Amino acid sequence: MKAIITVLGTDKVGIIAKVCTYLADREINILDISQTIIQGYFNMLMIIEVNDTMDHFAEIADGLEKLGEEIGVVIKMQHEDIFNTMHRI
Amino acid sequence: MLSRMEIVETNKMIKESNLDVRTITMGISLMDCADSDLTKFNQKIYDKITKKAENLVKTGEDIARQYGIPVVNKRISVTPISIAAAGCKADSYVSVAETLDRAAKEVGVNFIGGFSALIHKGCTPGDEILINSIPEALAVTDMVCSSVNVGTSRNGINMNAVKRMGEIILDAAERTKDRSCIGCAKLVVFCNAVEDNPFMAGAFHGVGEKDCVINVGVSGPGVVKRALEQVRGEDFETLCETVKRTAFKITRAGQLVAQEASRRLDVPFGIIDLSLAPTPAIGDSIAEIFQEMGLEEAGAPGTTAALAMLNDNVKKGGVMASSYVGGLSGAFIPVSEDHGMIEATEKGALTLEKLEAMTCVCSVGLDMIAIPGDTPASTISGIIADEAAIGMVNNKTTAVRIIPVIGKGVGESVEFGGLLGYAPIMPVNKFSCEKFIARGGRIPAPIHSFKN
Repeated sequence: MKAIITVLGTDKVGIIAKVCTYLADREINILDISQTIIQGYFNMLMIIEVNDTMDHFAEIADGLEKLGEEIGVVIKMQHEDIFNTMHRI
Repeated sequence: MLSRMEIVETNKMIKESNLDVRTITMGISLMDCADSDLTKFNQKIYDKITKKAENLVKTGEDIARQYGIPVVNKRISVTPISIAAAGCKADSYVSVAETLDRAAKEVGVNFIGGFSALIHKGCTPGDEILINSIPEALAVTDMVCSSVNVGTSRNGINMNAVKRMGEIILDAAERTKDRSCIGCAKLVVFCNAVEDNPFMAGAFHGVGEKDCVINVGVSGPGVVKRALEQVRGEDFETLCETVKRTAFKITRAGQLVAQEASRRLDVPFGIIDLSLAPTPAIGDSIAEIFQEMGLEEAGAPGTTAALAMLNDNVKKGGVMASSYVGGLSGAFIPVSEDHGMIEATEKGALTLEKLEAMTCVCSVGLDMIAIPGDTPASTISGIIADEAAIGMVNNKTTAVRIIPVIGKGVGESVEFGGLLGYAPIMPVNKFSCEKFIARGGRIPAPIHSFKN
């Protein structure tokens, strides 16, 4: 299944590198990535492919949250269906 | 392909506007637990509830984790105990309430509803026992919610039941007076009660329902308010369109959660309840929506029209977003659970009479209203009768959840804590209806109920 990762926070060196390394270490494939800076605010979206078990999902999501705390940004991972159902008929 | 805007919009709704799924409520039938021995009956219902709902809380939390949307409450509703326990040889059902309480604590839900009786035409012996057990049952349990249906559009209003419920409410208040009369916050008197309501305190699992079912209540007053901020000063067409579009998105999130919960628990999906339900949190208030619409305070002239419009457009937007809509599906206006309503009451903008008018155009009646503790039982019955009449004549659900605060009067307030919030005590009309209530009997069904 696909999941969306959103990263929000003050821009600094190495945010993308750290998130990508975290995912690569766990053999998670990134399908799409886009990033902008709005008024000094770092804003990244990623679409990744994860396997379908809850434990796996929770482990990655928790890991990313913790990584975000270390870097000083907010990282959130969500199943893509929450967005699909809300914005697509 | 999802756009950045859509992803950001959803996450803003969750983070900044308190979008959440208010409750996943599992309805469980207790019909197959009947036993003439009360102890055996209690054992059977405990076993059934704890087995069926064993994974309910964990599943709710898993879904919240995976989709990143809070699922605030996980709850259970059961077959009205007056029916399920009717076969028991017993003169009190307090032990049944205690069993429900234990089962709820075991599975980790925060409320269990269904200590209920449907007496809109009359009482069976089981109904009598249940009603007499209500005050004590609510005093000795923490999680159990009770409801009584005293009228329907098809059958009229059982005024004997209305009279009795006035007394029961006072008794429930008296028995919990050391805890802000909390017993009354867990007791609802209905007209036209629905069988698939996921919201407490009025939830019970109707007799026409499946053995086990998942009902979901969505919420999001904060999201509606935020959306309306974008159309400030524009006309009613724009206002209504904005509410509709927002309600659609909120309900879709609820539908997703409901389907996932149903799939993961292997329990059929019942309905989505489209009610806007406030919480005491800032930014999660129905009164704030009225202010955004252009009213100085909730209760100002225009409030009933604003509420009618809000309620109607939430439904119009929500109906298309879900395969089955049911439950109460209306805007809730519980005074103690909405900080904007509390402020309006304290400023004198919102009165009991205005609230009554508002209940004509939305569910679910006079909800979480604190009144002076010396209010006579007959006056409480009169308030119930008025609400029931509104429900009966307008073919809608109405309810009364009113708290006579023992030892306190107008100008003071009462704190319930948590989602139940706090409430300033509202003045009640001092003129008596004692002789009216004392008449007894039934009010016949209204003429327009004869539709066959």
